[in-house]
Amino acid sequence: MLRILVLIVGLVLIGFIAWWFFGKHAVATETASVTNDVQQVDVDVNGGYSPERIVLKRGIPAVLNFTRRDSSSCLDRVVFPDFGINRELPQGEKQVIKVDTSKTGEFQWACGMDMFHGKLIIK
Amino acid sequence: MAITNRFWISLILSLPMLAEMILHPLGWMLPGGEWTMFVLTTIIMVVSAGPFWQSAWASFKKHHSNMDTLVAIGTATAYFYSVYAMITHQAVFFESAAFVTTFVLLGQVFEERMRNNASGAVEKLVNLQAKKATVMRNGEPVSVPLSEVAVGDVIRVKPGEKIAVDGVITKGNSAIDESMVTGESMPVEKRVGDHVIGSTVNGNGALMFKAEKVGKDTMLSQIVTLVKKAQNSHAPIQKLTDRVSNIFVPIVLIVAILTFLVWYVLIGTSMASALIFAVSVVVIACPCALGLATPTALMVGTGRSAKMGILIKNGEVLEAVNDITTVVFDKTGTITKGTPEVTDIVGDQKRVLTLAASLEADSEHPLAAAILTTAQTVGVAVKPVTNFQAVEGQGVKAVIDGQTAFVGNDKLLADFSVTPDLRKRAAKLQLAAKTVVFIGIGSRVVGLIAIQDAPKSTSKEAIAALKARGLKTVMLTGDNQQVAQAIAGRVGIDSVIADVLPADKATHVRELQKTGKVAFVGDGINDAPALTTADVGIAMGSGTDIAIESGGIVLVKNDLRDVDRALAISRKTFNRIKLNLFWAFIYNVLGIPVAAGVFYGIGLTLSPELAGLAMAFSSLSVVTSSVLLNRVKMTRSATNTF
Repeated sequence: MLRILVLIVGLVLIGFIAWWFFGKHAVATETASVTNDVQQVDVDVNGGYSPERIVLKRGIPAVLNFTRRDSSSCLDRVVFPDFGINRELPQGEKQVIKVDTSKTGEFQWACGMDMFHGKLIIK
Repeated sequence: MAITNRFWISLILSLPMLAEMILHPLGWMLPGGEWTMFVLTTIIMVVSAGPFWQSAWASFKKHHSNMDTLVAIGTATAYFYSVYAMITHQAVFFESAAFVTTFVLLGQVFEERMRNNASGAVEKLVNLQAKKATVMRNGEPVSVPLSEVAVGDVIRVKPGEKIAVDGVITKGNSAIDESMVTGESMPVEKRVGDHVIGSTVNGNGALMFKAEKVGKDTMLSQIVTLVKKAQNSHAPIQKLTDRVSNIFVPIVLIVAILTFLVWYVLIGTSMASALIFAVSVVVIACPCALGLATPTALMVGTGRSAKMGILIKNGEVLEAVNDITTVVFDKTGTITKGTPEVTDIVGDQKRVLTLAASLEADSEHPLAAAILTTAQTVGVAVKPVTNFQAVEGQGVKAVIDGQTAFVGNDKLLADFSVTPDLRKRAAKLQLAAKTVVFIGIGSRVVGLIAIQDAPKSTSKEAIAALKARGLKTVMLTGDNQQVAQAIAGRVGIDSVIADVLPADKATHVRELQKTGKVAFVGDGINDAPALTTADVGIAMGSGTDIAIESGGIVLVKNDLRDVDRALAISRKTFNRIKLNLFWAFIYNVLGIPVAAGVFYGIGLTLSPELAGLAMAFSSLSVVTSSVLLNRVKMTRSATNTF
């Protein structure tokens, strides 16, 4: 009886994992606000990036403020391959990253191990 | 808390449990037994493993998972089950949770060091910069920080000092050590009018030079930007791991639950041993090695090639190099020096050269420049001429010392007498694809000058090295077939495509691409389309900015032998990436079934602590393998530059 109960719990757990990680979930998106001709977005780094999608306007200087709260060494760097940026994120410190907005397009960013991803959209 | 501290705490608190494990069969018991274990492990869980749990929870809320998820679930399962087992008086395995934490942290400590090591190349480049410069202000030398040097400033460099920025020498001459930027080991002799590169080291002469490029525009800054971009670029092969890493962790969790269910429900083992199998699966499956395989190798490989004066722009180029079957060269400026030179003088050298130089003194024709340069080096004085007269399509005539002299091509010969010997010599030179100029005085030809855009001294060796690799070599040129063939013969190129209009270079490259992947080596503005069209564009460093922009690989030294070196280092790096990925994959593919107890029947199992050790070892071995790229031997000609 106990074994059957365990089996059911196990199967339910598998179903939950599949739904939670593979199902469609909304992605936190933020459009930058423009103040003093500079667009700024604060990115909180904790078990991933929030927001995970950032929309910027073309041609206006943009600044992304990354703050890592997570102690995981997985997230201790942020890499923008298209811009040649590879910055260390000391825990709890705000890191200001300037982004070149002269070209439109979608640009990925990732953690140093390429496990967590975020997307920058320049319109 | 820093990873290192978390590691030490975890290690020290694990030691008593390790002693218990080893000495237990000999009859030694840990004082306090399970209670001591419980206390030690609890401290380890909170202090050392806690951050894993926090991170795992934070990413779980965002529907993400990472290696911390696996470590957290593995240790938490072992720990909480043991607490339950202790209460119900069953066998505990606190030590598993403690050891796994210790080993995972050990792996991370090493990995962090190695990663810093791998990314060090760029910082070393930046540190090459001079900190200060001595700028002449109102005729007085003033020492200013590098950031305050402006274009147009005249800078004084003492012997042995670093040159601050890029510029042109205005006074003095010296041998300059440019090895840090170009990889060239021999100092380069420079005089007034020559360009100097910032961050190179002045030899024994004092110099004054005018700054032309400062800050972001200097060659070193541009190299640094290029290398940074390359190091953080993605190789296409990485797309596979990107996809895998997204789904990997949840799948491992599902596999672990299945493992538990199979052992506990189907086979009917105790809950404790079923749990141990599940925990082993979770711990061994960490995909860090997979994620580290490509970026670390890319970082070390591009960093090392930059030190050799070979700038590889990104991982895509690196991967493309692997399939190259044909290398196409532009002729002028790539295989040859790019400027015509006097190669032979027939007749009385001094007399012939004096006549030719005097007549051509005011001409702007490239052939005239070649003659004047030679006259200057030989030390022949130019004489004044009168009655100067250009004969359309033939040459020039003028009066020197009361006699009519002429310089021109063979069309002039109708009016002048030539000895059969000279005629024969001329024909022979023309056959070798040299341009022959006839020099005469009165009505008689007195000598010949042969001019050619000669191949660089290193071209032959460079082509031979590429052929030794089994690559087909092709030369593309706008010159006529005869000239092209002669040059190709001298340097050993397989086939020649001559009479190509600049606009058609890319078309020819596309044509060659039908039989295999093509690399194109060039330096001019007209090479840019071909550089972009080719699978790998290799731009010579002496080339125009647009050519350098279009190329996937830039050879700073302008030495054709670097083509072979560039191919060699790209292949080495790409092979290292493949090796890394292979080990990382194999490791997970083999490790998971073993950990799940598939081979239990033949006595092969993996305890959670061994799984933890193996995991640390796999990340470490991948990063070590990448760092070792720095020590890989290159071909003999390449090692000479070090």
